[in-house]
Amino acid sequence: MDSLIHLMHGFGTALDPMNLMFAAIGVLLGTAVGVLPGIGPALTVALLLPITFKLDPGGSLIMFAGIYYGGMYGGSTTAILLNTPGESASVVTALEGNQMARRGRGGPALATAAIGSFVAALIATAGLAFFAPILVKVAVKFGPWDYFGLMLIAFVTVSATFGSSPLRGLTSLGIGLWLGLIGIDQLTGQTRLAFGVPNLLDGIEVTTLAVGLFALGECLFVASRHLFNDEKPMAIKGSIWMSREDWRRSWKPWLRGTAVGFPIGALPAGGAEIPTFLSYTMERKLAEKPEEFGQGAIEGVAGPEAANNASAAGTLVPLLTLGLPTSATAAVMLAGFQQYNLQPGPLLFVQHPALVWGLVASLFIANIMLLVLNLPLVGLWVRLLKIPLPWLYAGILVFACMGTIAANPSVVELMLLVGFGLLGFVMRRYDYPVAPVVVGLILGPLADSQLRRALQMSLGDPMILLQHPGSATMIAIATLALVAPFLFKGLARFRQDED
Amino acid sequence: MTYLHSGLAAAWMMAAAAVLPATSVQAQDLELTITAPAGAGGGWDAAARSLQEVMMATGKARSVQVVNVPGAGGTVGLAQFVQGAKGSPDQMLVGGITMVGAIITNKAPHDLTKVTPIARLTGDPLVIVVPASSPYQTMADLMEGIRQDVERTIWAGGSAGGADHILAALVTQAAGIDPAKVNYIAYSGGGESLAAMLGGQVTAGVSGYGEWQGQIESGDLRALAISYPEPIEGIAAQPLKAQGIDIELVNWRGIFAGPDISAEDKAVLEKAVGKTVQSPEWQELIKARGWSDYYAPSAEFAGFLTSETGRVHSILNSIGLAD
Repeated sequence: MDSLIHLMHGFGTALDPMNLMFAAIGVLLGTAVGVLPGIGPALTVALLLPITFKLDPGGSLIMFAGIYYGGMYGGSTTAILLNTPGESASVVTALEGNQMARRGRGGPALATAAIGSFVAALIATAGLAFFAPILVKVAVKFGPWDYFGLMLIAFVTVSATFGSSPLRGLTSLGIGLWLGLIGIDQLTGQTRLAFGVPNLLDGIEVTTLAVGLFALGECLFVASRHLFNDEKPMAIKGSIWMSREDWRRSWKPWLRGTAVGFPIGALPAGGAEIPTFLSYTMERKLAEKPEEFGQGAIEGVAGPEAANNASAAGTLVPLLTLGLPTSATAAVMLAGFQQYNLQPGPLLFVQHPALVWGLVASLFIANIMLLVLNLPLVGLWVRLLKIPLPWLYAGILVFACMGTIAANPSVVELMLLVGFGLLGFVMRRYDYPVAPVVVGLILGPLADSQLRRALQMSLGDPMILLQHPGSATMIAIATLALVAPFLFKGLARFRQDED
Repeated sequence: MTYLHSGLAAAWMMAAAAVLPATSVQAQDLELTITAPAGAGGGWDAAARSLQEVMMATGKARSVQVVNVPGAGGTVGLAQFVQGAKGSPDQMLVGGITMVGAIITNKAPHDLTKVTPIARLTGDPLVIVVPASSPYQTMADLMEGIRQDVERTIWAGGSAGGADHILAALVTQAAGIDPAKVNYIAYSGGGESLAAMLGGQVTAGVSGYGEWQGQIESGDLRALAISYPEPIEGIAAQPLKAQGIDIELVNWRGIFAGPDISAEDKAVLEKAVGKTVQSPEWQELIKARGWSDYYAPSAEFAGFLTSETGRVHSILNSIGLAD
């Protein structure tokens, strides 16, 4: 109840006209930078820090939070329309979202993403307000062994879900894991597989890989097919709004995505990517029409988008209660707190309740503003799809290259992009799924360092993974998920032989 | 979240830098570009942007641009700077002790002898902490624990070969144990290692004092010592030196100019930076950010850099991260 009273006071702070204006500026800026490739919320906040130094801390933090949430909304737009995920958390959205857009259902895809983000952020912000102190106590108990277990589940489900067979999925994952080894090893500071190229020292940039595999690979593939069959997939079909059927199929994924996204986002090393992968897998398993997956299933957009935004709110739990930034944007926001001599941590809620609750309340308000801003934009965005196919794909190529160059101005980066584009084309041509490659690159290095941290703590004894109930359970689930399909197949064949 | 950041601005600024005339200028006409060899939000980025803000506010420079070149403990930014800022009177680079370590462990092609030291700016204390539930109450207890079982004394801190790792090795060495045996787990920053501390998965932790200040004040972590040479106002934990352990290590940050710049250009930059850090605006800003003033002018900084590089090299060598 205490929290509720504090929250009411918080709304008092947030509804102050000046603060409302800061929130509005924040969401506008956030949406803009989310849509534009090349600049993201982290850089925007960093650029604004010196300007806001003289402002009142409440107002500028509210604006930063608006940018953060706005960036999450905007990021899905390019993924759906152009198959060009601007950030790693939108990779999954591109899978089904772009398929929907190409079947003339870009409108409902954008709408379910926007409304799902709204619902998820609303619930997750409420979770932040009421459960942050409890959640964080559980989250810090999550040891490296538990993280390793979680990553194993992600690996297995992803490789089993994407693609026509688990073997193809695992092959793709293997490529990603190999790419993930490139660069400086976090635990020893030694370089692996960089071959003296300085741009490889920090590893392969996730967006370069994702844009190369998805956008470039797709362009090449479409271009190679264009001569043979003249498909025109882009016309808008039906209403640009969500139908009753779309609503019916979306609401459960929204809630499930939130349930996955918020707790994982709140983990100190959880991040936004794992929940989107898990949500996609879950929706595919639970869908009434699993055969629609890969052909533009709305559940595959609704779930991961909700998970993405819920994890963004989850990220604020360790930031506010521990002073622990788990994303680039959160790290810059931490710097924002520090410039006002505020140290996020266990004492923040006690020492500066007005500020914290004002921030939480303005997250609710920013969320409503975002929905109001984004829904009317859907009609405008889908018009992009009326552009003739060759023009559109040429545009995507330009955007993909510009975004990559902007993020990392080097020739090596551009060559990598082209290389990954060719890889994406070959993989499409021979029917290997591309998403597990991205998963391998993101999660491989994490799984690597978490496993080795666990072993360092146990002085090299691998049994530590099975001694902790959490990791033992997760490893068991991962093993089952990997072996069970083969077992069932084997059993079925065995019975057939008996007959 | 978004990985597509730092760069658009960097592209602009590189274009701008190419257009700027490379001639000698007066301090108040300076149009500077400062390279922060790290992504937005880190310590070097914050130092570069703070310098930018105060130099412009106090009129020590007409305009200052900050360029982020992240990667490999600052060595990617350093390499680019060594090539791009040769003889340039209007480019500077932020660096620090972590870069000294990264140059050695990564066997980077360029080291800090290639660039021109302008000034040492700030120096923050590192803190050695244990979780509140730890049986260790004092630094002496921790040292005794190291002597009992060095392998089970698990340390958490920042990147491998960085200042935190070096301090853990120095403490182990001071306890009379071979520093190569230190069981140090590297995390990507003070935040992630904090979770390991609070979860009770490790014995002790090292980080910048400011990063863990909240937890120390709330009693979730117990600070045993700071690595600064003297006690610091407002910090209860005492220096290692005051506790009879002869170690001092400061997480310093400094600013450099390009290779082979002329004596006049160097003097202009040195004067501009020197006047900036002596201004009340700078003092106020570093206080707000929780940094400590550690200013040293060019000549003193150059000498310090030589001795610091030697010291870092020898300890990294004894850990086995350098040859």
